[in-house]
Amino acid sequence: MRAERELELRKAGDDASDASRVDGAVGTATPHDSAVLHVNGRATYTDDIPEPRGLLHAAFGVSTEAHARIRGMDLSRVEAAPGVVAVITASDVPGPNNYGAVIADDPILAEDEVVYAGQPVFAVAATTVDAARRAARLADIDYEPLEAILDPETALERESFVLPSTTLARGDADMAIANAPHRLTGTARVGGQDQFYLEGQISIAIPREGGDLFLYSSTQHPGEIQHSVAKALGLAQKDVTVECRRMGGAFGGKESQPALIACTAAILAQRTGRPVKLRLDRDADMIITGKRHDFVSHYEVGFDDTGRILGIRYNHASRCGASADLSGAVNDRAMFHSDNAYFLEHVAIDSHRCKTHTVSNTAFRGFGGPQGMFACEQVVDDIARHLGRDPLDVRRVNFYGTDSRNVTPYGQTIEDNIIAEIVDQLEASTDYRDRRREIEAWNAKSPVLKRGIALTPVKFGISFTATHLNQAGALVNVYTDGTVQLNHGGTEMGQGLFVKVAQVVAETLQIDLSRIRCTASDTSKVPNASATAASAGSDLNGMAARNAAEKIKRRLTGFAAQHYGCDEHEVRFDNNEVHVGGETLSFAELVHAAYMARVSLSAQGFYKTPKIDYDKTTLTGRPFYYFAYGAACTEVVIDTLTGENRMTRVDILHDCGRSLNPAVDLGQVEGGFIQGAGWLTTEELWWNPRGDLKTHAPATYKIPCASDLPPDFRVTLLESSENREDTIYKSKAVGEPPLMLGLSVFHAIRDAVAACSADPKHAPELEAPATPEHVLDAVMTARGDTRV
Amino acid sequence: MSTVDITVTVNGRAQTRAVEPRLLLVEFLRETLGFTGTHVGCDSCQCGACVVHVDGKSVKSCAMLAVQADGRDVTTIEGLADGDELHPVQVAFREQHALQCGFCTPGMIMSAVDLLNRDPEPDEAAIRLWLNGNLCRCTGYQNIIRAVEAAGVAMRAADNA
Repeated sequence: MRAERELELRKAGDDASDASRVDGAVGTATPHDSAVLHVNGRATYTDDIPEPRGLLHAAFGVSTEAHARIRGMDLSRVEAAPGVVAVITASDVPGPNNYGAVIADDPILAEDEVVYAGQPVFAVAATTVDAARRAARLADIDYEPLEAILDPETALERESFVLPSTTLARGDADMAIANAPHRLTGTARVGGQDQFYLEGQISIAIPREGGDLFLYSSTQHPGEIQHSVAKALGLAQKDVTVECRRMGGAFGGKESQPALIACTAAILAQRTGRPVKLRLDRDADMIITGKRHDFVSHYEVGFDDTGRILGIRYNHASRCGASADLSGAVNDRAMFHSDNAYFLEHVAIDSHRCKTHTVSNTAFRGFGGPQGMFACEQVVDDIARHLGRDPLDVRRVNFYGTDSRNVTPYGQTIEDNIIAEIVDQLEASTDYRDRRREIEAWNAKSPVLKRGIALTPVKFGISFTATHLNQAGALVNVYTDGTVQLNHGGTEMGQGLFVKVAQVVAETLQIDLSRIRCTASDTSKVPNASATAASAGSDLNGMAARNAAEKIKRRLTGFAAQHYGCDEHEVRFDNNEVHVGGETLSFAELVHAAYMARVSLSAQGFYKTPKIDYDKTTLTGRPFYYFAYGAACTEVVIDTLTGENRMTRVDILHDCGRSLNPAVDLGQVEGGFIQGAGWLTTEELWWNPRGDLKTHAPATYKIPCASDLPPDFRVTLLESSENREDTIYKSKAVGEPPLMLGLSVFHAIRDAVAACSADPKHAPELEAPATPEHVLDAVMTARGDTRV
Repeated sequence: MSTVDITVTVNGRAQTRAVEPRLLLVEFLRETLGFTGTHVGCDSCQCGACVVHVDGKSVKSCAMLAVQADGRDVTTIEGLADGDELHPVQVAFREQHALQCGFCTPGMIMSAVDLLNRDPEPDEAAIRLWLNGNLCRCTGYQNIIRAVEAAGVAMRAADNA
């Protein structure tokens, strides 16, 4: 099987060496653009940038209380500590003391109230990192503790919300449920997740001349940093420039969160007139910055004898934490994915955005989609167990149709549905039915170890739900030697965006990839760019870059036709050469000639996603340009004495459309799946009764390691697939969708737990993450044991 | 604070500095000497982004003091290649797409080199076990394991040549 995968990569590699195509053409398995720098240790992350003269280091002083009024604050010992140059509190913020991404409820530094343990209250700049961090611990703050709400269920009871509750409904769910032959109610519980990017949050703010400021920031959204910093400093956006060459991972955690870090560094830099670096250490990063929302979802469903859902009502409550941040859009996406791949004719989805006195949760790969799908998959699994049917059969009877049963609860007609064919293909290639029978027989003879299997689908909507964000810009500069600098509004966090967009430009201009240099994301080169998020990085920026490259190509074509006296259609760019009438010259020769004839060799490109149209007041319309699909089949084994569990085999079939770079896409699928599996198995966030997050380092928070990988892991990209919409070279977005393939791991564990019960219709009471403790609890419940 | 004079050979060159006794080896490498290819990921000896070689053996440089490296031979990721010629493990990580964000890559490579020096033909289980001390959040490890296997093949072929 491994051989199969290698073959696939080799095939792509063969394309790359095809002499008739440029090196690094679209569709080839070209290595990451920074691969050589990475293996040499010479790729520059923000903390590696040579430090400017006079650099100060910053640290936060943070709240020790989950919810309290600040009665008084004595920072004299902080100010007097060795090496300290400046100390700031909320009153020192020149502009509005807020970095809220959507609404202004996120103070940079706490004012008279703290709303989570770990919230920044003041910041210190000192001559060394050590001096700053030591000084930050010397504050005397007098807190008057207030009652803290520490979980979403309590928040729901108290009606403590960051945003108003919302309902998305179609048909008459209550009537359909009441009239259905079968009814079930249940609760799906899924934990949050820390992004655990390997490179922590960091920013360097450098005062330049005339009061303007330059920042390096590890951010998915340089434009947002520019706006936030300008606002906080009382400057205009023109006065602030932000650059990010690369991030050491982000996963959504560097969408809104870096603004806090950058604003603080910027305020201290403006105040001291010196450059300031703020790097959070791992513990501070995990305590201070937001994570994936945990969800509690109650459901009520009515269905027929086959398991087909006739009516369904969801009630989602999510932990948004202390402020709104991006929680509105995250919860909207959870609602939009509460159908996963299934047609829900009569449906009502209530969404409560709960305010708790814990860190404000934020974007994380999938952005609410995974939580909506988690609830949905539990519903179909519960239905299957109630009816004594194979869960795959119940999944299948509920799939969206292609010509009918194809309208989502939010009113979008699905025009590209291929979930049935993906699942059919995977079912066959995994011998799912035979293995299920074999596992049942094996389990019957195995009292301690139990195995389980599950095959789950993924359908994921691609586009930002906020329509205006679906735009992108790019800048292509061609120099007189025929080489190119490429810039666009996207950011590189490891996902391979830069190499993919460079491949697009190489293909468009018909020049080798080695002639193109990707330059750092920079607000002064491409302004007003959206965050690199929503899986839309290559869709948006690839199109914008192609648009820019085509402008230059048209100018060169026009020039060539005129200069060499032929028709424009006789000018052909092909593999580093340009054929003009009967003549052939190199790309560089044509470029130089065009320059001498005063032809502009620089162009801005732009793109806006077509067709999308969505009304956020009614939650209906077409929020998504298209859907990405995939499916995973996972087999696990659990130890019923300890609750330990592991994956033994995983098969994935995923749709990337016509892949821009199959090696990059395969990496996204593998990495996304493992990250999803971590979310649902080992990664547990735990707060103590005081509201302190106690899982704030890898010693207590376990992300997957090499041994957690299934020993048999078979990942395939769907062959001869192409996007039915007119996306960049017919490719599909791949950043987020594979994360939700991890749902198959949870359901395989659920299947193994179900095998522990004497009742063949038992639906396991398993909550995610399926840690050994949670699995053991579910096993004991399944067996009717009580815990001693 | 008082300082201690140490001499550490880093990537083949003797470096003598006066350092505070509490200075970590990783800080010495990154901040004192400017070898920023060695990364700080977790600050707590868990993630492996800071792995370097001390006298040829892999060490988490955030778990060792600079003074403990006095008189010893340290190799960082910057010292692994032979001029422009990449080490076979570096070649394999590039060719097998065993990196995404790249932040874990230097530590991962230094660990893998130590493994292959100790065991030229590790099986897949041995590679997984060895790399458990190096976290990667992007790749899902599959390509990393393949890269170590491929590097092992290349190194054995070179030894036999």
